[in-house]
Amino acid sequence: MELSPVQRSLELAEPFVTTKLDKVLGWGRKYSIFNYPFVTACCGMEYMSAACSRYDMDRFGAGLPRFSPRQSDVLLVVGTITHKMAPVLKQVYDQMCEPKWVVAFGACTISGGPYNNYAVLQGIDQIIPVDIYIPGCPPHAEVVMDGLIKLQAKIQHQKHEV
Amino acid sequence: MSEQSGGTPPITAHSTEMTLNMGPSHPTTHGIVRLKVRTQGEEITDCDIEIGYLHRGFEKMCENHPWNQCVVYVDRLNYVSPIINDVGYHMAVEKLLGLEVPVRGQWLRMLTSELMRICDHQTCIAASCMELGAFTAFLYLIKGRDLIWEVLEKICGARVTTSYTRIGGLAYEPYPGMKEEILELFTDLRDINREIDLLMSDNRIFIDRTRGVGALDRATCLSYGFTGPVARAAGIEFDVRVQHPYLLYNQVDFDIPVCSSGDCYDRYLVRLHEMEQSLRIVEQSLAKLPTDGPVSAPDARYTAPPKEQVYTRIEGLMNHFKHHMWDHMLAPPPGAVYHAVEGGNGELGFYLVSTGGEQPWKVRCRPPCFGITQALKEMIIGRSIADVVPIFGSINMIGGELDR
Amino acid sequence: MSGTRTERTFQATGSWAGPELVERICERFESAVLGQSEAFGEREVTVRREIWPTLARWLKEDEGFEYLLDLTAVDYLGLRPVRFEVVAHFYSLSGNRRLRVCVPLQEERAELPTLTGLWKAADWYEREIWDLYGIRFAGHPDLRRLLLYDEFKGHPLRKDYKMKARQPLIGPGTMGGAASQSREDEADV
Repeated sequence: MELSPVQRSLELAEPFVTTKLDKVLGWGRKYSIFNYPFVTACCGMEYMSAACSRYDMDRFGAGLPRFSPRQSDVLLVVGTITHKMAPVLKQVYDQMCEPKWVVAFGACTISGGPYNNYAVLQGIDQIIPVDIYIPGCPPHAEVVMDGLIKLQAKIQHQKHEV
Repeated sequence: MSEQSGGTPPITAHSTEMTLNMGPSHPTTHGIVRLKVRTQGEEITDCDIEIGYLHRGFEKMCENHPWNQCVVYVDRLNYVSPIINDVGYHMAVEKLLGLEVPVRGQWLRMLTSELMRICDHQTCIAASCMELGAFTAFLYLIKGRDLIWEVLEKICGARVTTSYTRIGGLAYEPYPGMKEEILELFTDLRDINREIDLLMSDNRIFIDRTRGVGALDRATCLSYGFTGPVARAAGIEFDVRVQHPYLLYNQVDFDIPVCSSGDCYDRYLVRLHEMEQSLRIVEQSLAKLPTDGPVSAPDARYTAPPKEQVYTRIEGLMNHFKHHMWDHMLAPPPGAVYHAVEGGNGELGFYLVSTGGEQPWKVRCRPPCFGITQALKEMIIGRSIADVVPIFGSINMIGGELDR
Repeated sequence: MSGTRTERTFQATGSWAGPELVERICERFESAVLGQSEAFGEREVTVRREIWPTLARWLKEDEGFEYLLDLTAVDYLGLRPVRFEVVAHFYSLSGNRRLRVCVPLQEERAELPTLTGLWKAADWYEREIWDLYGIRFAGHPDLRRLLLYDEFKGHPLRKDYKMKARQPLIGPGTMGGAASQSREDEADV
């Protein structure tokens, strides 16, 4: 198992850590996710469960929902996005500051889910870029945790502008 | 209301009129609805409610699917209490078919419906309390809901969108030990209800924010077609379970909480007490639930065979295909029916039109929160911005059912 | 817990309206009643459009149907000579009975007088029917689309509107842009 910089420094009992600034930023960012729950539909019920005490997203440093796009860095798109809602989602995404990530939560946001009709957007990636897709209709709270961990891995390993 | 006073309003620091946009994605609106509010200082003088942000074409989808597959879409109407939707839709289809569900299936439908009603009220109270700043109440109630969901997951394999009922009965037999597990839940659920009662019912802040807020008189409530807890909070004694008993509701003993003033606090009280009444119904249903017997009508024309038969017997396999191949599927006789059940929000009616085909010609859902959301405008005009939060929380708007 | 009254004061006698109500309707509106039926135990009356608001007012004020529970429409394209039918469900709380009233409407004259003056609930129901079926309600104070958006063309619950007929995305940057694409082959649309 690869040790984190902090663990390694403790192991070696040395007063300093050598790493790349990039990695430190990624490490910091992945454990301080401020999410914006863009809750529209059924998936919101599972989001509630995932965020509350029984599953507790806070264990992964994503416990604080911010309802302002300016203060958040992960956009959780939870539930069906219709054609009427699409411009709102786009605007919320545009208002978020970089660096930002998008999670497509549930089948509807991934592909329209069971709704292949005139009213529903067939996947939010037609209007905004998506980082993590969490499948399920709606996804189980444990699947949400898995998606969150995958997002953290992605944040850790991507390049961070300094 | 200042806009109707005619004379010049007194000049104060906040006398300018302002248009404020709340939603569709707003922290205090736990559904997607857009309120275009015109304010004079803190007071709301006019308001336009825009809905439809979750219009997913429910009816169009149902019209293009076989009768048996509509359950998927029906589930997602009121996603807080999906089994009640399933029961309503399937009872309407069974009415068309003239099909009788076995007693055991009926008790199970009733039992799970009531568990769903508890979930619905828990979610409504939780969300409205959270929006008023009572985060503890939210955590307690969602914990209670998760406990129910865990049992539900064992019953039908899903937590939220259950698809539990089928035409003629239920999708699954209850699992062994279900009765004991549900009874075990009761201690926890009653504890949570008591905790909420202690936390909120006499809470000064909560009472100040909800007492006398959002009340409408009886005539207006009737005019908007209020049903369910919101109507009962206003003193309208209407509950489909009592007035038009379906399933076996006339064989159990339960009370209907009714208040008189119709404000947000009364709506909260009605919901809180209804949870206890639902628990009573579940208790009695468990006691009266027959230990054996089918859960679905044993009629191969209407109900799909169990999977064991599909995989081991040619008759079962053929029967299975008869239920899943075009031109062989279930086709109810032509006609139109309306069947109503008591949903979490009130009368949840299904109006089905069949032309004798394998797809419904029309599946109309009467959404109980439709009229209530429409009345939101009247409830908030003349009040302050802060009052929008408890009022919106108390009407329990559910996007899937409102916009369909 | 205190504050609420929980004893049952109301009774379970609910049913659909009996034949005597239909007799009274026939007596009063004679030739305007096109038909009546009692299928599946549900009372249904079909009437001409001309008497729609009068009948509704009479039901509300003289017969005690306080509730307009539901108002919707059905498109019988290719099935019936008269294409549309507006269907209303009335409910009387005091008498505890229900009634369904249907009004057939020709496609060329898909218009009914509004009920907004009688029931406030009619406002949104009528807007929804206009939105999804394109049936107008004369005298409605604010007949706009309710569930869909202004840029939407057509009325999706009409039977000649294809389920997957997508419309262009709306909003900044998408004006006149491509329609939302389905991931499956849409040759059949």
